[in-house]
Amino acid sequence: MTDQAQLLPGTLDLLILKAVSLGPLHGYGVLLRIGQISGSALLIEQGALYPALFRLVRQGLLQSNWGTSENNRRAKFYELTDLGHKRFSEETEGWNRLTAAMATALSAQPEEV
Amino acid sequence: MRVFESICYSAAALFRRSQSSAELEEELRSHIQHRADDLERCGLPREEADRCARIEFGGYVKFNEQGHEAMRGHFLEHLAQDVHYGLRVLRKSPSFTAVAVATLALGIGANAVVFSVVNALILRPLNVPQAQSLYMIERSQGNQDASPMQSYPDYKALRDRNRSFDGLMAYSISTAGLDTGGNPAPVWLFEASGNYFDVLGIEPYLGRFFHSSDEHGPNSAPYIVLSYGYWKSHFKSDPGAVGRMVQLNKHPYTVLGVAPDGFRGTELYYTPNFWVPMVDEGQVEGSSDLEDRGARSIWLAGHLKHGVTLAQAVDDLNSISADLARSHPKEDEKASFSLTRPGLVGNMLGRPVRAFVTGLMLLAGLILLAACANLGSLFAARASDRSREIALRLALGSSRKRILRQLLTEAWMVSMAGGAAGLLGGMVLLRWLSAWQPLSDIPINLPVNPDAKVYVVAVLLALASGLLFGIVPVRQVLRADPYQIVKTGSTGAAGRRFTARDLLLVMQVAVCAVLVTSSLVAVRGMVRALHSNFGFQPQNAMLVTTDLDMAGYSGERMPAMQRRMIDAMEAIPGVTAVGLVDRLPLNMEWNDTSVFKDSTADLNSSNEAAEANLQNISPGYLHAAGTTLLAGRAFTWQDDGKAPRVALVNREFARQVMDAQGGSGEGAIGHYFKMADGTRIQVVGLVEDGKYKTITEEPEPALFLPILQSPSSATRLVVRSNRDPQQLAGVMRSELRNLDAALPFQIKTWNRQLDSALFASRVATVSLGVLGGLGAMLAGTGIFGMASYSVSKRLRELGIRIALGAQRKEVLRTALGRASILLISGSAAGLLLGIAATRVLSFIVYQATPRDPLVLAGVVMAMLLLGLMATWIPAQRALSADPLILLREE
Repeated sequence: MTDQAQLLPGTLDLLILKAVSLGPLHGYGVLLRIGQISGSALLIEQGALYPALFRLVRQGLLQSNWGTSENNRRAKFYELTDLGHKRFSEETEGWNRLTAAMATALSAQPEEV
Repeated sequence: MRVFESICYSAAALFRRSQSSAELEEELRSHIQHRADDLERCGLPREEADRCARIEFGGYVKFNEQGHEAMRGHFLEHLAQDVHYGLRVLRKSPSFTAVAVATLALGIGANAVVFSVVNALILRPLNVPQAQSLYMIERSQGNQDASPMQSYPDYKALRDRNRSFDGLMAYSISTAGLDTGGNPAPVWLFEASGNYFDVLGIEPYLGRFFHSSDEHGPNSAPYIVLSYGYWKSHFKSDPGAVGRMVQLNKHPYTVLGVAPDGFRGTELYYTPNFWVPMVDEGQVEGSSDLEDRGARSIWLAGHLKHGVTLAQAVDDLNSISADLARSHPKEDEKASFSLTRPGLVGNMLGRPVRAFVTGLMLLAGLILLAACANLGSLFAARASDRSREIALRLALGSSRKRILRQLLTEAWMVSMAGGAAGLLGGMVLLRWLSAWQPLSDIPINLPVNPDAKVYVVAVLLALASGLLFGIVPVRQVLRADPYQIVKTGSTGAAGRRFTARDLLLVMQVAVCAVLVTSSLVAVRGMVRALHSNFGFQPQNAMLVTTDLDMAGYSGERMPAMQRRMIDAMEAIPGVTAVGLVDRLPLNMEWNDTSVFKDSTADLNSSNEAAEANLQNISPGYLHAAGTTLLAGRAFTWQDDGKAPRVALVNREFARQVMDAQGGSGEGAIGHYFKMADGTRIQVVGLVEDGKYKTITEEPEPALFLPILQSPSSATRLVVRSNRDPQQLAGVMRSELRNLDAALPFQIKTWNRQLDSALFASRVATVSLGVLGGLGAMLAGTGIFGMASYSVSKRLRELGIRIALGAQRKEVLRTALGRASILLISGSAAGLLLGIAATRVLSFIVYQATPRDPLVLAGVVMAMLLLGLMATWIPAQRALSADPLILLREE
């Protein structure tokens, strides 16, 4: 499991938003999509996904509807709301700024100081 | 507001819990099945796949529980925490809590009481089935105000010819003498048309009601229907009362039945003792106007037919009115009808009452607003005192939303406690008000018991005011920077800039100044009304009130008996003058009559010179009543039926009818005027103007006729004496009993009798006074809170100033300057608003004018005094600031 990164606090929400922004998904689909787009590098405990999903619904970032999955099973599908889209682009930008700053900081050489 | 939304969402989620619980289960199960599907596709047998999927999912119960929490957002847990914490905080500052709860209790209590009155008078319909379709008919002629008064012949025409009403009934308030067995007493009743109960759809509690079929011409239906209350109090709830014979004005009547409990007839303010058919008016009142098309003294009401609009009904009535005007051009001129809500004599009482209670409601609303402003600034002050605690909580990771919610919970706890206390106090007051009989001899009272509507309004007011003052500190908390606060120890310098809190205080002071102004205007008007010239002297005068037809007197026996009564009173030692009048001024029993100039030939009511207030008096009345005779002569006993017709008139009459424009009206003496029936009457004397109907009226023309030329069975004796009223009343009573033991009468002082005339003004004055007092109290606590807060805030600075040698004056200016500026600007704004508002008051209060130097000075003095009282303690604290102790403390 050492090849799979532990999630930083707060990043799960952003990952879910990202996954759902690519198209409506049910819970298990979200999990698969995150695995797919992160190249299986990020590990999420399966059950832990749901409290996060419900929290995002309560914050008005996601909306959910019952539907039928590709396996022909009943499942609840999640998609971004308008507010969710807005928050997603804000959070993405913030994350990018943070990682860029971290990258710059970590790549600093002795002669630059 | 996000906080509000999330509270709503959480509350909704709470109710949805069971449903969402099932959904959650299904969703998690669906997840596990999808995973198992995948594993199965990888080659695992289904059973094995299911097992693996469940294991991979992790702690099912734990995530289920966490899912629930994420959904409902810890609403209940947080609420419980907030309430618990709020209780602790509030208990820690008991005086603050007590002041806050008491302020709100006053504000919400006042609103609950006033709303109950509004509810009873305006919102709640009469207690009859289908009250919403019941309308009263008003009649207006020319440019006169609409009046509910109709005549009986017109009633019959309207009843029989209209196509818009499911029956039309008529009623009027009357008084008579009732003898249930050796105890004649005056009683109050409704004269009602035979179809009265059938039109209203009321069923009897006992026995039966009278119906149209019982009426066969004048005095043909000797039946009475008792009200439930009267049956209980005077017949001891005896079911055997039905069928009993009683004597009504010495005529035998049968008790037909008892009306149900809770049915008090069709006027809200009046509790009749019983109902009697209107066809018996001749026996009940001693004379009957039932055949007189021009005598308008009854009220009409009925249920609109289903599907008939108000406009259609009015058109229908107006076409009947046009017919009547054609067939009876003399009495029924072209009149137009309108419909109005029954219960307050149409718009006659309805309009001023509605205007007054609406005004009262507005003032009460203002009081609550002032209380909220007051509490808002107190809460804001507390929030800034607690800024360190809030900063710490923010720094430790609490969300602002959470802190705001906690502050709001605290505010709501205070407002709910205040609302409960206010409602309790209000209910006590309302119970007392409902039982109150303001006039001792007329059964007038108002059931203002609170109903569900009142409770709902009180709770809503409490919630709304909690939100209102709880929200004041929000901006403060949202802006708070934990780093700065923890570092410097407070919210920093109290800026020179005026804050929202200051604005609140100015508003509050302004509102209170409005209240103080209007209550002072009302009180002043009342005082002026009491000291204005009534045209008679009520001091040292006793009144005997009776009606000779209650004891069966009529024709020649009537004036003879009146003469005997006057003589008997005059014979009592200590009595200086005795007079008789048929209608007392200011006693709600006036009689207007049309008078014409002598030169007028066509005595049509459109040609009348005036509607004069007519009083029939005995020769000694002017002297006994203390009415000044300005010129000419008073009546004598020689002005009888055989002598030429003579009259006394007041100055206003002389001006309007006799063309005696210049001078004081003496020119009228010796000249003639005409009555509606063409009788020419000579004016022999001129008396001063007085008040006849209400103390707020403009000067009205009045006409006095000698009792022997214009007899009346209504008898009010004015007995002037300096003797002790109690003792004198005893002697008078036994003298009258000697004359006729069967004559019911009442004796009281004239001042006492006047209570009824002053009743409306008194109620207005008392309620405005109470509201003004409340307003003043709130202004006081508001300024006190603000001043003491600013002093305690700046105590250290003041200490340093004192240490550096500041003078007392400078210290005071620093400490209280701002409070004074706010007080002065608020008072000035309030005074201006109050002056505008008192226009409304002039409907009820005698000569209500705020442009009265005494009122203006009074308001300024009151506000100054309040300011002084409210800043006294903080000022003392500021002056005694000891720099040493203060500096050591930090």
